[in-house]
Amino acid sequence: MSSLYENISLTPHNSMGKKERAGLTLMALGLLAFLLSFITFAGPAMPFLSGIFFTVAGGVVYSRKESRWSTGSMLLIFLGLISFLFLIFRPSALSPLLISLFSFAFFVLGAAIYIFFRFRKGEAGIRNNGITFSPLTRKNGALAWVLAVVITGFYIMLYWFPEQIHGLILAVDPIYGALFGKSGLPESNGGHYNPWFLYGFLYTVAVLLMGSRFMLKYRHNRYQLLRTASVMFFQVVFAFFIPNVLAALNHQELYFHYFWPLDYDVLFPSSIDTLMSGDSLSHFFFWWTLAISFLAVPVLTYYFGKRWYCSWVCGCGGLAETAGDPFRHLSDKSLNAWQIERKLIYLVLVLITAITALLLLDRSFDLFNESTSLAFRKGYGFVIGTVFSGVIGVGFYPIMGSRVWCRFGCPQAAILGILQKYFSRFRISTNGGQCISCGNCSTYCEMGIDVKWYAQREQNIVRASCVGCGICSAVCPRGVLKLENGPLKGKTAIQINRNEVKILDEEPIG
Amino acid sequence: MHILIIGNGVAGITAARYIRKRSSHAITVVSAESKHFFSRTALMYVYMGHMRFEDIKPYEDWFWEKNRIDLLQAYVEKINTDKKTVSLSTGNDLPYDRLIIATGSASNKFGWPGQDLRGVQGLYSLQDLENMETYSRDLKKAVIVGGGLIGIEMAEMFLSRGIEVCMLVREKYYWDNVLPEEEARMITNHIRDHHIDLRLETELKQILGNEEERVVAVETSKGETIECGFTGLTPGVHPNIKVVEGSPIECRRGILVNEYLESNIPGVYAIGDCAELRNPPPGRKAIEAVWYTGKLMGKTVARSICKEATPYRPGIWYNSAKFLDIEYQVYGSVAASGQSAENEESFYWEDAKKQRSMRLVFDRESRKLLGINVLGMRLRHNVADQFLREQWPVSKVLQHFNALYFDPEFYRNPIREMLKKFNAECNETVKALDFKAVKHLVFEN
Repeated sequence: MSSLYENISLTPHNSMGKKERAGLTLMALGLLAFLLSFITFAGPAMPFLSGIFFTVAGGVVYSRKESRWSTGSMLLIFLGLISFLFLIFRPSALSPLLISLFSFAFFVLGAAIYIFFRFRKGEAGIRNNGITFSPLTRKNGALAWVLAVVITGFYIMLYWFPEQIHGLILAVDPIYGALFGKSGLPESNGGHYNPWFLYGFLYTVAVLLMGSRFMLKYRHNRYQLLRTASVMFFQVVFAFFIPNVLAALNHQELYFHYFWPLDYDVLFPSSIDTLMSGDSLSHFFFWWTLAISFLAVPVLTYYFGKRWYCSWVCGCGGLAETAGDPFRHLSDKSLNAWQIERKLIYLVLVLITAITALLLLDRSFDLFNESTSLAFRKGYGFVIGTVFSGVIGVGFYPIMGSRVWCRFGCPQAAILGILQKYFSRFRISTNGGQCISCGNCSTYCEMGIDVKWYAQREQNIVRASCVGCGICSAVCPRGVLKLENGPLKGKTAIQINRNEVKILDEEPIG
Repeated sequence: MHILIIGNGVAGITAARYIRKRSSHAITVVSAESKHFFSRTALMYVYMGHMRFEDIKPYEDWFWEKNRIDLLQAYVEKINTDKKTVSLSTGNDLPYDRLIIATGSASNKFGWPGQDLRGVQGLYSLQDLENMETYSRDLKKAVIVGGGLIGIEMAEMFLSRGIEVCMLVREKYYWDNVLPEEEARMITNHIRDHHIDLRLETELKQILGNEEERVVAVETSKGETIECGFTGLTPGVHPNIKVVEGSPIECRRGILVNEYLESNIPGVYAIGDCAELRNPPPGRKAIEAVWYTGKLMGKTVARSICKEATPYRPGIWYNSAKFLDIEYQVYGSVAASGQSAENEESFYWEDAKKQRSMRLVFDRESRKLLGINVLGMRLRHNVADQFLREQWPVSKVLQHFNALYFDPEFYRNPIREMLKKFNAECNETVKALDFKAVKHLVFEN
């Protein structure tokens, strides 16, 4: 059985005509020119530009009338990618402005055109066609692994070998200059340029581009439209503009939509000292972040569930909901995965709580010497902050789904989850007996919740991990699921149909 | 005691699960179709690439062994009710103390010339899906015969792979032998919006094949010949009761059962699509091939077998489906186009801006609610059930619409527009209560 569905050729074979063959040949020549531009040591501009020429010409000849836009956009994306490689491997070969134009402009334009033509055409509706066949989105697909290696590699370079991506860092500087009126480069440290504007820029571009894609894909669903507009807004304003403007004004970068424990070091004594010795904005930030952590979190979660944060505000969530959407079905739905999830996420919460408490005690009672407390801070920062939330959290999107960090590691999600389960009005209501156990809800749950397990026994879904993205409800073909807020009483009960003929479910087996 | 269940669809598996919950009887489920239970209604999504086959299995594979439900992949050839055994395709005889037949349905074929050609089939079983997959390679065009629920699913499947679809439908509008005319018309338009070549009032005359016995075209009742590499036959299903042939188990169209779902032979039960109720409850049919009735029959028979004799009472009729992008729900009785009874009247509202509608059917004299139909909109099952059971007057139903409405948050609530039309048509001044005022109907049910 499984072998058949693993060997499907998605599109019917079409024999190739003369035009297509000529086009492919030209594109191959273009590719060759690009390769040449990487290996020739003098004057790479010629091969690079001729590479562009041949690839574009090839694409124009190759494309059919009906697919001209999508082929064109793929070409632009491809050119952008080649230029990115160029930036990485031949950073000083062309002027940053030129290469920045080629890479970012081509890539963004190409992606935008592709997304528009791919998702705008036809009637609005659930179109997950071919997701389990595509080598990019199927479980353990070849392209999925390639992408995972590329993203993971990028994170590794970003964190540990920024000098390897100098070219890229240089290339975004004109953009920084245009937005914030000066170069971001002088603020380099340790002889290397600061890679974090590059990271923030790419992150924001990804959220905006893939957010637009998501909105087109779910344009019939107003919950999805509003929610996506919200994560895009928070990314652009709170994660991108405010911190960068502050930095441009030589102020400490402040992220007003992150707070303890996701922003794990904000309550470390060193950070408190920095904030409290700063200006009034820094003081405000300190009280703001405390108020969110300990007041807004329980209150908002009581009324709306954890979704007010995880799928409407949070930047990690924002990237997962937009750039991660093509991979949401890859989350593991097994009971086994759920058991690991519960152990791991609360372990991280205990860890960060203990470290924060110890460091605060240390400040008053001087428990450890300098190097021990540094080891605590750096250790958590490295293992959880960098490796788990960054490298694994995003790098493994194409392999383990888009919410690996949110599901297995995020201490904020752990707190919000406990509140959601026991002290919140939020639930996903199951609509009587309409469920047909088709499995769409479970498959497309990015948090790996086996939604249908509840729906098919006519029980509401109340799970700590649910981020309230609403996709289960969107993909349900029988109108079974609805995210809503209601009284706590009876929110988890198996629905009691007062119709005496209906037989109630009992305790689950298995 | 050994319980033998033939068929691992939703009816058989639900029976097995509930017998296990209530007893420690030995349970064996025999099926030739697949080792593990899967959701038949989700087969289309596997073909469309929305889900893998393992995603449409409602339980993980370890579940069966852990709950001591034995799965046997074999074909039952004969039932011997005297000896209380069944003969398997493997050559073995399997004894039982209680037998539950849950063999489901089979696709209708009406003796069309060419109906056994390669590339001509229905869509019901896993094997059907595999065949469809095989014949989809290099397929340019498919013709689907029959305007039912499986036909539209098949059309959607082919569309997802860029295969051209032509549908031959006998009726005046798509599915108007079940839907009222306005609804059938909306779905008809929706099908055409998706570039399906829908030919109404057209029947299949014959299917033409080539020398390799593969379909190459169909000929319609209007004398047209349509070239196609695949012909889907989807004019409905009938109970699959081949397994009882040669046994004294009494059948009409399906296996005849009493209200305890027991056949004429004590200890032999039939549930799900293959069962035919001798005395169906009012408002229900003798054979109902839908998912939830199979589930409900499975739960019911489990109780009876575990010494708590329970009659099958499915309550008020409901059902749901999805036509391409339009969801459909029905509660209670809504007559098909031209089939309304004397005493029935209906209020119909259709959105001017998007494909959605609601119909309330009520008694002309008493104004009491009889049925609800919605397209492109979701309603709350429990509330609909309460309104129908308690026979709320239609104006009161609209007044409490916000309890009934189940669309996702932020969707445009249509009640104002509905009421404008209703008040104008019926000369009333009904106002809708807001959600706060009706939430006791929603949450304290």
